[in-house]
Amino acid sequence: MEGQVIELAYALDTFYFLVMGAFVMWMAAGFSMLEAGLVRSKSTVEILTKNIALYSIASIMYMLVGYNLMYPAEGDGVIPAVNFFLGSGDNVAADVVASGGDVYYSGLSDFFFQVVFVATAMSIVSGAVAERMKLSSFLLFCVVMTGLIYPIQGYWKWGGGFLDAAGFSDFAGSGVVHLCGAAAALAGVLLLGARKGKYENGKINAIPGANMPLATLGTFILWLGWFGFNGGSELMVSNVGEANAVALVFVNTNAAAAGGVVAALLFAKILFGKYDLSMSLNGAIGGLVSITAEPLAPTPELAAIIGAIGGILVVLSIIVLDKSKIDDPVGAISAHGTCGIWGLIAVVLSNGDATLGAQIYGAAVIFAWTFVMALIFWGILKAVIGIRISEESEDVGVDVAECGMEAYPEFKQ
Amino acid sequence: MKLIIAIVKPFKLDDVRNALSDIGVQGITVTEVKGFGRQKGHTELYRGAEYVVDFLPKVKVEVAVSDDMSDKAVEAITQSANTGKIGDGKIFIMNLESAIRIRTGETGSEAL
Repeated sequence: MEGQVIELAYALDTFYFLVMGAFVMWMAAGFSMLEAGLVRSKSTVEILTKNIALYSIASIMYMLVGYNLMYPAEGDGVIPAVNFFLGSGDNVAADVVASGGDVYYSGLSDFFFQVVFVATAMSIVSGAVAERMKLSSFLLFCVVMTGLIYPIQGYWKWGGGFLDAAGFSDFAGSGVVHLCGAAAALAGVLLLGARKGKYENGKINAIPGANMPLATLGTFILWLGWFGFNGGSELMVSNVGEANAVALVFVNTNAAAAGGVVAALLFAKILFGKYDLSMSLNGAIGGLVSITAEPLAPTPELAAIIGAIGGILVVLSIIVLDKSKIDDPVGAISAHGTCGIWGLIAVVLSNGDATLGAQIYGAAVIFAWTFVMALIFWGILKAVIGIRISEESEDVGVDVAECGMEAYPEFKQ
Repeated sequence: MKLIIAIVKPFKLDDVRNALSDIGVQGITVTEVKGFGRQKGHTELYRGAEYVVDFLPKVKVEVAVSDDMSDKAVEAITQSANTGKIGDGKIFIMNLESAIRIRTGETGSEAL
């Protein structure tokens, strides 16, 4: 009987990983729609291509080498052992029962849950470099980011490396996923330059997105997927304590997103005099990122406040980046980077085991590693094959220039 | 024959079309266009950056009429497209040298 209960719990927790992982996979659709809605129609096909390609490259690179780098059989805390391939072996029932429940999920389900996270980190980059990056350079960078840069810093925290040992706390990845993605995006954007015509004669020109319904749909899809992102990171559901914890994580995740939307909506109204939908969408994402480092410890009320502060920060960050002539068409660096840092710091508001020092240390290490490595690889790509499309290509649109295809071929300009 | 080109506000299209139909004008071509005369544009806001929308959406209506219908058509358009507010549009009248119905080969006012 006890063996049956153990097996049932194993099955439930494995199922939980798989379903939560599928939710996070669906966030790839969310990013695709959000980004497609916020770029011009002449850049739509290319950004969709980037999104589906990066998800696929991430899946393959993580399977080939990334997963084993991030969760190595051995490592010294800084440098993990290198192993390739995943294989199809998994736990045997007799071993699971014999472990008394210590082994409680399928190894492959853990891989599946993790691989969708690396894809999320990579997709943050695609929005920031939209409309002017060469597709091939982006895809090559994706190989390096998902096969090396992300897994190493992931090892330092979730793989049991030195950041974990230092007491750095990051429940679902405000740092490991979101700040990491934003750091790579920032490095790329700095080397890439702004879109043509964005900053002229000291003026910031609006380049409105082509499709607000898609952008909104994308945001709602991300919100839904985030229940998997944070909920799944509890890693277990098969007893009363864990089930309750998952429920609280879902509630807090929702509260933070809601707080982010309301705060961004009102803050933008105060600043600009109008209700700005695109800022509200960024507010939702900013709120979600802010709670991702600690969605379990706070009360729902505190989670809403943490999300609201994230919503205000994302609006401020977007304005500051624009004033600094750092062109981020979708606000990715602000939503994932600025709010990622805030999310890491906000952990100390509710988690007594975390310290401000360790949180700042973790944020700094993740940012420095990713930013420097990304700068190097973007730099190599820029020197060897170039990372920016030509000016003529940018005029006619990257869809026609790089993909030979229009998103809305019947609506001629 | 005359080719009457009228630029009107988009929401007035149905009224113009019905008014022309009422006086017996049977053919009409419509194009979506953008433009401005003395009507100023307006500013919109996107993520904190202001931008001016100068070109306003309008509808261009083209009808080919015989000379004796020309004044009545102009009057029909003017009355149905008028709102009294700036941006109501303009009518241009061009001499039409010839007209041909493609299906039957009829020419002149029989083609209209």
